Amino acid sequence: MSSPYLIGDAMTGGYGRGGPDILHNCTIAVNEGEIAVIVGPNGAGKSTAMKAVFGMLNLRKGAVRIGGEDITHLSPQDRVAKGMAFVPQTSNIFTTMTVEENLEMGAFLRRDDISGTMEQIYTLFPILKDKRRQAAGELSGGQRQQVAVGRALMTQPKVLMLDEPTAGVSPIVMDELFDRIIEVARTGISILMVEQNARQALEIADRGYVLVQGSNAYTDSGAALLADPDVRRSFLGG
Amino acid sequence: MDLLNAIVALANFVILPGISYGSQLALGALGVTLIYGILRFSNFAHGDTMAFGAMATILMTWWLQSLGVSLDPLPTALLALPVGIAATALLVLGTDKLVYKFYREQKAAPVILVIVSMGVMFVLNGLVRFIIGVDDQRFADGARFVISARDFKEITGLREGLAIKSTTVLTVVVAVIVVALLFWFLNKTRTGKSMRAFSDNEDLALLSGINPERVVMITWIIVAALATIAGTLYGLDKSFKPFTYFQLLLPIFAAAIVGGLGNPVGAIAGGFVIAFSEVTITYAWKKVAGYVFPSWEPDGLIQLLSTDYKFAVSFAILIVVLLFRPTGLFRGKSL
Repeated sequence: MSSPYLIGDAMTGGYGRGGPDILHNCTIAVNEGEIAVIVGPNGAGKSTAMKAVFGMLNLRKGAVRIGGEDITHLSPQDRVAKGMAFVPQTSNIFTTMTVEENLEMGAFLRRDDISGTMEQIYTLFPILKDKRRQAAGELSGGQRQQVAVGRALMTQPKVLMLDEPTAGVSPIVMDELFDRIIEVARTGISILMVEQNARQALEIADRGYVLVQGSNAYTDSGAALLADPDVRRSFLGG
Repeated sequence: MDLLNAIVALANFVILPGISYGSQLALGALGVTLIYGILRFSNFAHGDTMAFGAMATILMTWWLQSLGVSLDPLPTALLALPVGIAATALLVLGTDKLVYKFYREQKAAPVILVIVSMGVMFVLNGLVRFIIGVDDQRFADGARFVISARDFKEITGLREGLAIKSTTVLTVVVAVIVVALLFWFLNKTRTGKSMRAFSDNEDLALLSGINPERVVMITWIIVAALATIAGTLYGLDKSFKPFTYFQLLLPIFAAAIVGGLGNPVGAIAGGFVIAFSEVTITYAWKKVAGYVFPSWEPDGLIQLLSTDYKFAVSFAILIVVLLFRPTGLFRGKSL
């Protein structure tokens, strides 16, 4: 892979100061406009790897670079300013605020006119336009995830990071969310996501990372991983 | 005619006092609820912040009065209010820098902050008494009544009088303006929305680039303004005595909790619920009953509780709400 747009290179570290290492020499990278997916068994450190890329834990070794620039020591907030956007797995919307206010808060750092971006998000997620004046906490699970993704997109990020976006939504909604994620990637935004539904996620992935106990077990294109008999047997249920 | 007299008596002794007391409690409870929503602790120093704000306003009022400045028929205290607010804002911002910030950076548990706020309360308590003394202070001037009881009787020919105190009208008008401004700020401005976002989901607010220290600073300034206005209105309507402000803490907290902590609409509703419960339960209903049921001659005053027990009313309501609806009437945060 020629130098990727965003890379967490050989990351080693864990939560807190002096806590045990969860990641061991783990590398996660995504190219411009591509979808990279992190899969693996429970407790493999998938979400931790993503949080490490976003600066939410201290790395003892390794580096994080975006567009060639070293951002290892930047806070998550500063990484937002560098064009990264993160959608946490839970509590990822402002439940007491309206859909529109959620989007406005996503664009808090921007001082320019945000109406164009908001219109793009309403085009991407038409249901949000109908519910723009409703409190986000009153929406269904799938709609809430759309609000969460929409909020993150309001900063006009270069990289969108999603922590299990389909957790707890129905299979139909899940398919729709994956379709939307592909659409977002087509606009040139790189996507890095952690997924429980490994098979579907790898189907849409340009690149897949299988983590086991905080290390890279398998790394290849999504299609190649799906075809790999070892990966199939161990992680995809045959 | 008797029914009309009953209504007038009710309005004079229950409804008008309830409305003005309710507005004062609502303003106080709004301050408590904002602190709870954004700084995430129950601020026990709020009553004494109100006392400090009222004291600063009173000192400024006296100075203006000595200069012969007057707003007649409005009280001079209105002119002094901005100075009182500024002084109180400086005080709470100083307290935040000196005390609360340390615990915020430690990510101290809310219960520790509550105890810390009690410490702040005792310091403020002493400070206010040291500066202005423990006695009643009079600073109200301007017209006392919009309509006095005697005028009302002469105009209407009724046996009961309806006195509308100018401080009652002032309290209601000021409270409506302040609440409207606050809600406009919270719902329409970028900064106000960022405060609501911070209160709703702190982590996500940080991810969105909202600066927590700025949110905290603006919250303290708004709380200082609310506390000073509430304290001054209460002092104008009744009288200023540091100890009563300490006692006000209970009905104010009851109002904020009954309405739902962290919810501004709830704080206002809670203020009126507590005020009207206190007033109706401690009111001697004999006079009103006498008009409605002329043939009934009750033995006592038909007063459920003596006014000395008015704080018991807040306590009772507080306990009932915490038992049956711990998030309050308007779905605030659970304690």
